Amino acid sequence: MEKRVFFKGWWLPALLVAPQLLISFVFFFYPSGQAIWNSLFLPDPFGLKTEFVGLDNFRFLLSDPYYLASFKTTIIFSTAVSVSSMALGLYLAALADRLIKGAGVYQTLLIWPYAIAPAIAGVLWLFMFNGNIGLASYYLKALGYEWNHTLKGDQAMFLVILASSWGRISYNFLFFLAGLQAIPKSIIEAAAIDGASFWKRFGTIVIPLLSPITFFLLVVNIVYAFFDTFGVIHTITSGGPEQSTTILVYKVFSDGFVSQDLGSSAAQSVILLVLVGILTVIQFKYIERKVHY
Amino acid sequence: MKTIKAIIASLALFAMFAGTAAQAKVEIQWWHAFGGRLGELLDEQVNKFNASQDKYTVVHTRKGNYSETLNAGIAAFRAGQHPNILMVFEVGTASLMAAKGAYVPMYQLMKDAGQRFNPNGFVSAVSGYYTTTDGKMLSMPYNSSTPVLWVNKDLMKKAGLDPEMDLSTWKRVGNALDAAKAKGIDMPFCTCWHSWVHLENFSAYHNIPFASKSNGFAGLDTELAFNSPVHIKHIQTLGKWAQEGKFKYMGRRNEAGKNFRAGECMLMTESSAGYAGIKKEAKFEFGIRHLPYYGATEAPQNTIIGGSSLWALSGKSKEENKATAAFLAFLSRTDIQAKWHQDTGYLGVTTAAAKATKKSGFYKSNPGTDLAGIQMMRNKVTQNSKGLRLGSFDQIRGIIDEEMEGVYNGTKTAQVALDSAVKRGNVLLRRFERANK
Repeated sequence: MEKRVFFKGWWLPALLVAPQLLISFVFFFYPSGQAIWNSLFLPDPFGLKTEFVGLDNFRFLLSDPYYLASFKTTIIFSTAVSVSSMALGLYLAALADRLIKGAGVYQTLLIWPYAIAPAIAGVLWLFMFNGNIGLASYYLKALGYEWNHTLKGDQAMFLVILASSWGRISYNFLFFLAGLQAIPKSIIEAAAIDGASFWKRFGTIVIPLLSPITFFLLVVNIVYAFFDTFGVIHTITSGGPEQSTTILVYKVFSDGFVSQDLGSSAAQSVILLVLVGILTVIQFKYIERKVHY
Repeated sequence: MKTIKAIIASLALFAMFAGTAAQAKVEIQWWHAFGGRLGELLDEQVNKFNASQDKYTVVHTRKGNYSETLNAGIAAFRAGQHPNILMVFEVGTASLMAAKGAYVPMYQLMKDAGQRFNPNGFVSAVSGYYTTTDGKMLSMPYNSSTPVLWVNKDLMKKAGLDPEMDLSTWKRVGNALDAAKAKGIDMPFCTCWHSWVHLENFSAYHNIPFASKSNGFAGLDTELAFNSPVHIKHIQTLGKWAQEGKFKYMGRRNEAGKNFRAGECMLMTESSAGYAGIKKEAKFEFGIRHLPYYGATEAPQNTIIGGSSLWALSGKSKEENKATAAFLAFLSRTDIQAKWHQDTGYLGVTTAAAKATKKSGFYKSNPGTDLAGIQMMRNKVTQNSKGLRLGSFDQIRGIIDEEMEGVYNGTKTAQVALDSAVKRGNVLLRRFERANK
């Protein structure tokens, strides 16, 4: 089914791809090149002098227990965000898919949180769990549970996961709903006539047919948890307490822009770049292959 | 459509006039970190200066908290868009000092501008922080405070204690806390700024080094030294009090101030600049005492400052530097300094301002407000009590806070925590040394 168009000459195709190339260069290649270049130097904050240190920035990072801990934090955080938001997204999509009346209203309302910027979502949840004025922390206290995410690392982690997943549920819901609606009704009806229960149908027909979408969402959600949750973490915990919610991208920010250690920050960016590269390879290798059903 | 056109036209007109007005006067920018009441007082100073002469205009902009202001200044410097004057808190001093070429040293600025300026007019415990080892003043002290002991006299009475009792040593404080706990007082002791009060000032006050090489004044190859037996004893004592419920940990910065002002905490160590807030909010009788010390050591040395100084950034025209010099000289005037001191609870950073304040009878009508100044100037400054000059110090404070939290919640001994903080801090010092060689 592949269509190929051939151009005569070279200037028209060159002209047509030029804007994209330009954008890629300005917003991707140039900054990445800068990051790699800077990661080899140890500059002073003011940019007055700089020293070539080779791979010392990487050596410094990898011998820093807090940097290694940040990997673990990132894995826990992104897994929790992806899994919880996808599970809830799928659950809600499955419910919404069965709606007969008012489907549009439900769907619109469920998509709504996606329109809220991460930083604002962070502030909303922060207010609810604020130790002095928060409603959630008030009720938790009434139940005999002491809530103080400024001191307790596990509570802080829970709160940033909650705030990050919330808006994401909508996004996942949207994709799962589209996926569910793309499944031919005839297959499901045939299974129903054969006497398969809802759960049987869901487990053996729907889930496998949704797998390409699920995989796509998994990768997209992990990338989201890696990078786009910065706003949530910055507003709720600023990476604390004791760096227990400092994910990799937040550490790039805090080491570079708070502590002014630009060499280390650049080295961390390079490591992140490699990680994203790996994620992209996975995405292309598996999703491109499985996307046809 | 018409209104939009009118708006654009008036904006353009306004820009033209604003442009001509700025041409007539030399305009300089000042980036600072003060909002709220302090911001108002700062604005007042600027307006006073602008009205006092017709050659220069100072424009001030708040850039967020201390750290954000410093970072904004550094980022702007890299981009060549920096202000003439940047407010830098004491923790950032070493970073600025190491960045030779990023600033015009104060003595140089004043000399070039032909501005009369007497660096010896400043209290040496304050100016020492911003002066090189060979006596050259690099930045101008703006707001400085030092930690003191705040006493809730009503709670003292409730604990069956004489509110005027001697609280000069930590041992006596300990006894008072025992009595308070026995009488069921919920929060006998609390503190703000843990590292600043209980390690940094503690070191100076007991005349022991916080770091080698005169606390970093004598070289970038300094190493942290706050894990001496005296330090450990003090932090262990705090940890013990925390375990026994006599000391409540409220947070790393000045969170505990809220509890004191609400009348929950009996004794609190906090900056002398807590004065404005306490005076305004406290619905109980409060007192100010000197920071306690350990009786075993000889009489206490002096405490050191917290606060900020003003740096003249480089790369500005001669005319603008002249304006900067004129403004900074204006700020160091006795009347300006005395007013600032009395309004805010910050120290009178010039000797003349402190004298003028004394003469006005302010200390008599506001007892205790002179203690901070006395505490800073009680002795000739030693190499342990001049201040601190450590690179990456904001991060090092973060490390100290983390480790001390371990002592307070009982998971670490003071020895383990301070050893670990010294070790982790030294790694950052070495990195800073390397970047600034």
